[in-house]
Amino acid sequence: MQITITLNGKKITEDIRPDLLLIDFVRSHGCYSVKRGCETSNCGLCTVFMDGKPVLSCSVLAARAAGHQIDTLEGLQEEAEEFGAFIADQGAEQCGFCNPGMVMNAIALFRENEDPTDDEIKEFLAGNLCRCSGYEGQLRGIKEFLSYRKKRGESCE
Amino acid sequence: MRVVGQPIRKKDAMALVTGKPVYMDDVVSKDSLIIKLIRSPHANALVKKVDASRALKIPGIEAVFTWEDVPGNRFTIAGQTYPEPSAYDRLILDQHVRFVGDAVAMVVGADEQCVDRAMKLVKVEYEVLPAVLDFHEAMDNEILVHPEDDWEAKCPVGADNKRNLVAHAEEEHGEIDRVMSECEVIVEETYHTKANQQAMMETFRSSAYLDEYGRLVILSSTQIVYHVRRIISTALGIPKSKIRVKKPRIGGGFGAKQTAVCEMYPAFVTWKTGKPSKIVYSRVESQIASSPRHEMEMTVKIGAMKDGRIRAIDMYTLSNSGAYSEHGPTTVGLSGHKSIPLYNQAEAHRFVYDVVYTNVLSAGAYRGYGATQGLFAVESAVNQLAAKLNMDPVEIRRMNMLREGEIMPAYYGEPNNSCTLDRCLDRAAELMNWNEKYPCTDMGNGKVRSVGVGMAMQGSCISNIDVGSASLRLNEDGYYTLKISAADMGTGCDTILAQMAAEVLECEIDDVVVYGADTDSTPYDSGSYASSTTYITGKAVEKAGYALREKIIKMAAQMMGESKEQLEFTGQGVNNLKTGEILSLTDIGTASMCGNTMALEVTESNTSPISPPPYMAGMVEIELDKETGHVEILDYVAVVDCGTVVNPNLARVQLEGGLAQGIGMTLYEDISYSERGQLLQNSLMQYKIPTRMDIGNIRSEFCPSYEKTGPFGAKSIGELVINTPLPALTHAIYNATGLWFRELPITSEKIAMGLLEKEQCE
Repeated sequence: MQITITLNGKKITEDIRPDLLLIDFVRSHGCYSVKRGCETSNCGLCTVFMDGKPVLSCSVLAARAAGHQIDTLEGLQEEAEEFGAFIADQGAEQCGFCNPGMVMNAIALFRENEDPTDDEIKEFLAGNLCRCSGYEGQLRGIKEFLSYRKKRGESCE
Repeated sequence: MRVVGQPIRKKDAMALVTGKPVYMDDVVSKDSLIIKLIRSPHANALVKKVDASRALKIPGIEAVFTWEDVPGNRFTIAGQTYPEPSAYDRLILDQHVRFVGDAVAMVVGADEQCVDRAMKLVKVEYEVLPAVLDFHEAMDNEILVHPEDDWEAKCPVGADNKRNLVAHAEEEHGEIDRVMSECEVIVEETYHTKANQQAMMETFRSSAYLDEYGRLVILSSTQIVYHVRRIISTALGIPKSKIRVKKPRIGGGFGAKQTAVCEMYPAFVTWKTGKPSKIVYSRVESQIASSPRHEMEMTVKIGAMKDGRIRAIDMYTLSNSGAYSEHGPTTVGLSGHKSIPLYNQAEAHRFVYDVVYTNVLSAGAYRGYGATQGLFAVESAVNQLAAKLNMDPVEIRRMNMLREGEIMPAYYGEPNNSCTLDRCLDRAAELMNWNEKYPCTDMGNGKVRSVGVGMAMQGSCISNIDVGSASLRLNEDGYYTLKISAADMGTGCDTILAQMAAEVLECEIDDVVVYGADTDSTPYDSGSYASSTTYITGKAVEKAGYALREKIIKMAAQMMGESKEQLEFTGQGVNNLKTGEILSLTDIGTASMCGNTMALEVTESNTSPISPPPYMAGMVEIELDKETGHVEILDYVAVVDCGTVVNPNLARVQLEGGLAQGIGMTLYEDISYSERGQLLQNSLMQYKIPTRMDIGNIRSEFCPSYEKTGPFGAKSIGELVINTPLPALTHAIYNATGLWFRELPITSEKIAMGLLEKEQCE
């Protein structure tokens, strides 16, 4: 079947197998940031945006994404760098394999909620597993980023 | 110190947080043949016939390989220094399959779709054999897991395949029976831990291709490039000179990738077909056919006096190695050697162990490596002893713990050169406000708040065995290249080793470029395991740094026509103290590339006769719901002595990550089998690892001793940190409920049912 997907702002029209998963579609188009960690939609590593909302690309058929806009971390490099630096400054990226999914979902959180509490952060990212960090360093990095953004916002006003 | 001790960002951090393609499956050739494995549905069986005729007709299928196609050389996939203590009991594919999930055949094809189709069309006939599933019944059972005659134990570890025995040993210090008989109080209990999974986010994977010289290049997510080279050489029966092993970024290891779980498959396929190939394990495969923690059952008997003096510790460990022997003979040792020494004031100890084969998935190396299991048992028994004596469990530890400067009879007789465990415990008690919170507070709403304590130790290498090496080179522009074969699996060793080089060479961290690991171009290292990278490879880096400084001075002396004694290395270059002349590193580096005979490159290796233990104290406060058995972690306090902290950020995250894994192992990470030996927790849906909702608040501090044999006074941290949650949480649950749990995990269900039973009894 033929589908058209806007991947990171670029329109792609392609013949696909009906059972092709979105994760395999985006990886076949060079979006290697999207990782597979579990195959059972438990780990959050494969998070991408569909029309700006985070979805698990291992659990979405590519055909379902037809006509939609899909964004991966490859298309959000500036945001990833800006926020990711705060994770890096905690040493909380560790092996890094879960980072793209977590960073995607964190960006989604920041867009939805400018000033989340610790509990809101934990809840929003609960589906993003990490086996290295124990999550505490990620939380510190997120809070540092939020306070940096707040200060920057204030200085702009 | 300028660079060591600084919270420097990991060198690869920005590539990782922005999702760059740096892992094996991102960089491997897109033309790679796909390999998938047909796995045995039986716990013990002989493969009678594999009919692949229909599968081979699927377009794109390259081959189906069975035991009849592979070499007959037995080997071990345990990544250990030769001669490995683990027995040579593997074939790439064996006619005899020994657990549910054991590999039967490789299906190889151009893409996943054709391989998936072909997998369903391969018909396998088995002769099903009775299986040994209970590790209590394994020793001297008439069913043998490894009846084969070409089974071989290379080391005298007490192994005997005709008895299902992977290892056996006994050791005794002091007159244990006499001392025990003199004790006024005895606690004797049996503890049981499961085959927990490392569950690193990147599953097992490996790939291979032939290079322009016809050599086999293996690109693999591994902690042990050099051991993989040897293992594949033995498995394929080809010389090591034909093999090159490299690692890209690794998506987590925790010991899992200290076993060459899947490297043999693409190595074989590529060697046989000449084509590039790869295998990527699914999460199911990573759960059922991998290298988890050894299931252990430990019986601990502690003899003490009424005043709390611990005089004797007697321990027996039964360890389940599963279907193969990987790491079986060695993990078990740590269950005693890294738990009994904590109570070094005891006059006598005995430690006896058996390791057995069974028909379940084979175990391997997982952070803590047996110490985790042993410390759960010994620390829990000490907590129970304190309860029995009506003593404060912190006080009984103060009274009995080992001290700096002592010899440790239960730790290979090594000296305890550096140790602040006493201060770690005191500081943890202070941070936790232990005196006020111990043992519990009833909140009056069906919930109880309680606290628990545990101590831990680990090693910093395998004494007299581990080798770490480092090459350092000065380049033009005055920057350095550091080449290592230690494997950064997210731990940050590339960065902390560069910090050490920068410290010695008096330069900035960015002046040191790190490359590793590649058996063709980086110097020999046994690999990143046994907590050895900071301590062993770190010291090699330090030595290389000083050796290179010397060479640079020598080169400058030649350039200036001056004697070395007049010259001083400054970090920016070399000063002539007599004339004031300065040569910059750029001058020297550039000169080394023109008309020069002296390589500005050094390689240093390091090993150690001792393995200085790092120590820690952990205390937890929980809130336990008596209705549901739910345990909420409110606060975890951890104080660590890992010697000099090389990078406080990375050490802290190691600590927090280790605690999280320990929490998961204690409260919910379970492994169980069906009656026919099928592992039930085969996905992250069933095998629950902690989420960020489960960890609570972690407060950590470092209380560094100075280990004079380590680089800049450093010891290890990576493994130690997983150990305290097991005894501390178990203790807190006891303090909340009055129930001792001796089998992990302690799920809410078990607590609720335990409380119900207790109520009915009362």
